[in-house]
Amino acid sequence: MTVFLLRRLLQAVGVVLAMSLLVFLGVYAIGDPVEILISPEADQIERERAVKALGLDLPLWQQYLVFLGRALQGDLGRSFVFNEPALRLILQRMPATLELAFGATIVALLIGLPLGLYAGLRPKSALSQGIMAGSILGFSLPTFWVGLMLIMVFAVQLGWLPSTGRGETVEVLGMRWSFLTRDGLAHMAMPALNLALFKISLVIRLTRAGVRETMLMDYVKFARAKGLSPARVTFVHVFKNILIPVVTVVGLEFGGTIAFSVVTESVFAWPGMGKLIIDSINVLDRPVMVAYLMIIVLLFITINLVVDITYSVLDPRVRLEGKA
Amino acid sequence: MSSTAAGSIAPPRVETPFRRFVAEFAESKLALFGLLLFTIIALVAILAPWIAPQNPYDLAQLDIMDGRLEPGSVGGAGFTYWLGTDDQGRDMLSGIMYGLRISLLVGAGSAIIACLVGASLGMIAAYAGGRTDSLIMRLVDLQLSFPAILAALMILAFLGKGILNVVIALVVVEWAYYARTVRGSALVERRREYIEAAQCLALPTRRIIFRHLLPNCLPPLIVVATMQVARAIALEATLSFLGLGVPITEPSLGLLIANGYEYMLSGKYWISFYPGIALLVTIVSINLVGDQLRDVLNPRLKR
Repeated sequence: MTVFLLRRLLQAVGVVLAMSLLVFLGVYAIGDPVEILISPEADQIERERAVKALGLDLPLWQQYLVFLGRALQGDLGRSFVFNEPALRLILQRMPATLELAFGATIVALLIGLPLGLYAGLRPKSALSQGIMAGSILGFSLPTFWVGLMLIMVFAVQLGWLPSTGRGETVEVLGMRWSFLTRDGLAHMAMPALNLALFKISLVIRLTRAGVRETMLMDYVKFARAKGLSPARVTFVHVFKNILIPVVTVVGLEFGGTIAFSVVTESVFAWPGMGKLIIDSINVLDRPVMVAYLMIIVLLFITINLVVDITYSVLDPRVRLEGKA
Repeated sequence: MSSTAAGSIAPPRVETPFRRFVAEFAESKLALFGLLLFTIIALVAILAPWIAPQNPYDLAQLDIMDGRLEPGSVGGAGFTYWLGTDDQGRDMLSGIMYGLRISLLVGAGSAIIACLVGASLGMIAAYAGGRTDSLIMRLVDLQLSFPAILAALMILAFLGKGILNVVIALVVVEWAYYARTVRGSALVERRREYIEAAQCLALPTRRIIFRHLLPNCLPPLIVVATMQVARAIALEATLSFLGLGVPITEPSLGLLIANGYEYMLSGKYWISFYPGIALLVTIVSINLVGDQLRDVLNPRLKR
């Protein structure tokens, strides 16, 4: 286990290094670093001083080491637009994104599990067929367009929900959260549902497949033969067993949800990391882009690592040492 | 890329003759409907310059006075806009037809290039094995662990807008799926007797790979490719919606939807609504075909 952990950590560090090299090359080799890192308003003398200060007169490999050293100290440059450290800017927006992603995950489980369970238990019924057709639609629907339509129906036509923004927030643990206020929840409803759309379909399909597989297992047949009530068989013997793979996949998908919130946040003007990165790309605020990319890479590697370790803890059959 | 191709490029599988494949595919009415739908969409896209009521990019044909008209209204020149007009007075129906061209071109183009790149790398990985294999598969893992939308976003952020850049970004985020699929089936196939026989005949490696191994790895590849076309179209629309995809001079469906965003809050729904419907129908039709292809071509589900 320790050997495995060490090896995985080493691999993770390797991936971070590889990504940092890619980001570095993206900024320094493809684009003009002077243009990227120095504010366009700077005059010639300022420019030269900055080139010296940033070490842009050094050979490329030395520059990379400098970049790496700064990044390790948490210095990923300053935003041109906000004139604040890029890292702090992103961390400030992080709670909004995390809150939205968690909300979407909860919505997906609340809607997906019961529907999937029903579709798995009665695969032939018309409602099940409808649920499955709906799940195909959920995979096919362009998320951003659905978001627009949600705004049109619930905000413009019916006027039930606010169209954009985060609403009232409450400060807890030094960060601002929306889900603790009524207004904030109302603002969160549509974005969370929109972001959950894909995951709902995923949960439905996983649950249905799991139920159909589990129903054929000997222990389920045995439980039935013992004369247990159908409800007990369904919720204790079947449901508990399908929960593990479903929760695993949803957990794995969490990173993807954070990534995809870029789209949802843009549609609903939700002030999270995703909205920030799109705005930054549109005004070419490259330090923020670089910082965002590095944070996301770090986040993904952490999620993958945690999932791998959790796997081995939950399922002793997974032999970590034997992994190719 | 016409959808009837889905039938004609059916894999020459020994145990499943072409006719049985067609019959099995036709078992699902839904899939046939999808195929029909996609054929119509593809035809509309290809024939757009000839059948569209208006050339939406010929400024001489546009009348700014007709801007943001409701669907079904008649414009100044006695021209009926069945799906309304956008802010420039462009007929939405024509705009959608032309937008479909760009969306399909980008989607199919990137899928084909990604398929070529990915399948070649996957084949090399499976056939070479050893270090080459693990290097390529490490790259695949790295690529797949990173969400497509983010990778594409970053590539476009550095490269800038443009149809070619979008295709490059889509190829970069898609090749790994093909590589993994082809490697998986090639690893199984290369241990089969016919490959051994070909090797005994001392055929050149290239010939074995392309004439013997590749055709037998095609079925799963076709399924992945179909699904990836739909994914690529959706991804391109998303990127264009975010303002990072195609340039404003060559609007795809995603960009048309983005154009309508600001008017939606004032109740002018049609500028975003109809292009979205076109996008939705396109993606659903491809997915319906892909779903059935997966069932028919998957040997594990053989009845």
